[in-house]
Amino acid sequence: MALKIIASQCTSCSACEPECPNVAITEKNGTFVIDPKKCTECIGHYDVPQCAAVCPVDNTCVIDTSFPRYQPPA
Amino acid sequence: MSASAQHQIASVPQAPNITDIMQTVAEHKGCGTSGGSGKASCGSGAGQNDLPTEIWEKVKNHPCYSEEAHHHYARMHVAVAPACNIQCNYCNRKYDCANESRPGVVSEKLTPEQAAKKVLAVASTIPQMTVLGIAGPGDPLANPEKTFKTFELIAKTAPDIKLCLSTNGLALPDHVDTIADFNVDHVTITINMVDPEIGAKIYPWVFWKHKRYTGVEAAKLLTDRQLLGLEMLTARGILCKVNSVMIPGINDKHLVEVNKAVKSRGAFLHNIMPLISAPEHGTVFGLNGQRGPSAQELKALQDSCEGEMNMMRHCRQCRADAVGLLGEDRSAEFTTDKIMAMEVNYDLETRKAYQAHVEEERVAKVAAKQQELETLAGEASDIKLLVAVATKGSGLINEHFGHAKEFQVYELSTGGAKFVGHRRVDLYCQGGYGDEDSLATVIRAINDCHAVFVAKIGGCPKSDLITAGIEPVDQYAHEFIEKSAIAWFKDYLDRVKRGEIEHVVRGDAEIRQGALISAA
Repeated sequence: MALKIIASQCTSCSACEPECPNVAITEKNGTFVIDPKKCTECIGHYDVPQCAAVCPVDNTCVIDTSFPRYQPPA
Repeated sequence: MSASAQHQIASVPQAPNITDIMQTVAEHKGCGTSGGSGKASCGSGAGQNDLPTEIWEKVKNHPCYSEEAHHHYARMHVAVAPACNIQCNYCNRKYDCANESRPGVVSEKLTPEQAAKKVLAVASTIPQMTVLGIAGPGDPLANPEKTFKTFELIAKTAPDIKLCLSTNGLALPDHVDTIADFNVDHVTITINMVDPEIGAKIYPWVFWKHKRYTGVEAAKLLTDRQLLGLEMLTARGILCKVNSVMIPGINDKHLVEVNKAVKSRGAFLHNIMPLISAPEHGTVFGLNGQRGPSAQELKALQDSCEGEMNMMRHCRQCRADAVGLLGEDRSAEFTTDKIMAMEVNYDLETRKAYQAHVEEERVAKVAAKQQELETLAGEASDIKLLVAVATKGSGLINEHFGHAKEFQVYELSTGGAKFVGHRRVDLYCQGGYGDEDSLATVIRAINDCHAVFVAKIGGCPKSDLITAGIEPVDQYAHEFIEKSAIAWFKDYLDRVKRGEIEHVVRGDAEIRQGALISAA
């Protein structure tokens, strides 16, 4: 799985962008998006996903269940 | 309650009972040496003679640090710092409207390069613009790269402009050295509590070192970092202002403790602001019905904190992209599209010449006030009252009643005229037709005032004001505010003495909460 940003709720404050350990977050059409290929849900980096922890709007950085759970390299 | 007991309440900051002060003290502790502090100045309105020269040099052109300067000099904020590292219950980052004016709100965010261009464009158009601040709309130090890049660019292209920033303080200790390196010599920290139990009611969370903290733990972390940052700044000789939001029932009484805590750590100025909270803002406080203070409650708290520390009373709680004098907002003239199309001619000499003219105006204003003040010598009266003034700046009564977007409030006594606040009002006059509801709003906003000084006023509002017990005064049109107010006050005392009028205590007034019309 990866995280995704609910675009309609994103205030475009950019707080998540520098917190992402995978540089998976970029600005696109006025809001921010997460590249699911790069997102590791912060597994192996931090206890909690950083984007969700810093986001000022609740339930805006959420798990995208359409992707399989991230598997850290053995 | 006896006069001495009132005095005790007002001057003992440990146990202020706001309600008692409100009910019994119609006349508040003014400026002067009362309270045993021995400080003979009028808050941040203090002029050159009340401040050490090196501090006066730092604040004299800074509208946010000197009440006196705010009549003459303008500031601008550039919105380069959208991210924030804490959540406050009075802030909602989702709400953004061009007609709304309050902190945390901005119409468009800028890159540091756009910001630098904007500063040059504004400085060329408004020569009295002396200060560039970064105040968000998030927290400047949660966006350190953008903030310091902006300072770097501006220091290169417009070296005469003072740089300042306003922060919640969480990240402050990490950046004090950089702040000093960029010659930022004014820093504002918003400190709403020094007790984490109280803080937990104001801050739902803070984000620090890759973790979100909540509750008392979050508030403890925040207050420790704020006070440490404050100490580090003042140790380096950087001038610090502390902003506090007065939230009735949550931190109103506690702000006296905050005042002591920041004063002992060397803060220069304390700015207690009323909570802005309306349901349409969508903030936690707006939605749960938390009210803001009334004008009297705010003034009583500010008065009780005014000991050896300067209190700021002229804050307009402006937007993070505001431009102009504190009472005006010209940000709509400087949108990114417009500034990119502007031909900018940054001429330092023209700016200097204009500012020299402002200084002459300022000196004349102070001299006029002193002269008029001498006529009050020998007058003995306990009467203290408030008056409202319609002004466009320069320390003059130069605004039409119907055009005033705000009124400045002065407290008059035999000690002189002291600026004690301002009231924002909706535009009363729109297209030249008086609107009864707007007039009622204005009267509610200045209901604690005995008189309103204007450059001009129509017949209808004039009679309505008189009915409401507020004397409209237009005979000092285009004259200096303080000089005129003192002259009027002297005449008022004479009229009371002769028995022509009876001095009656006025009621409370409303602090505007709703969205403001920012028609320039």
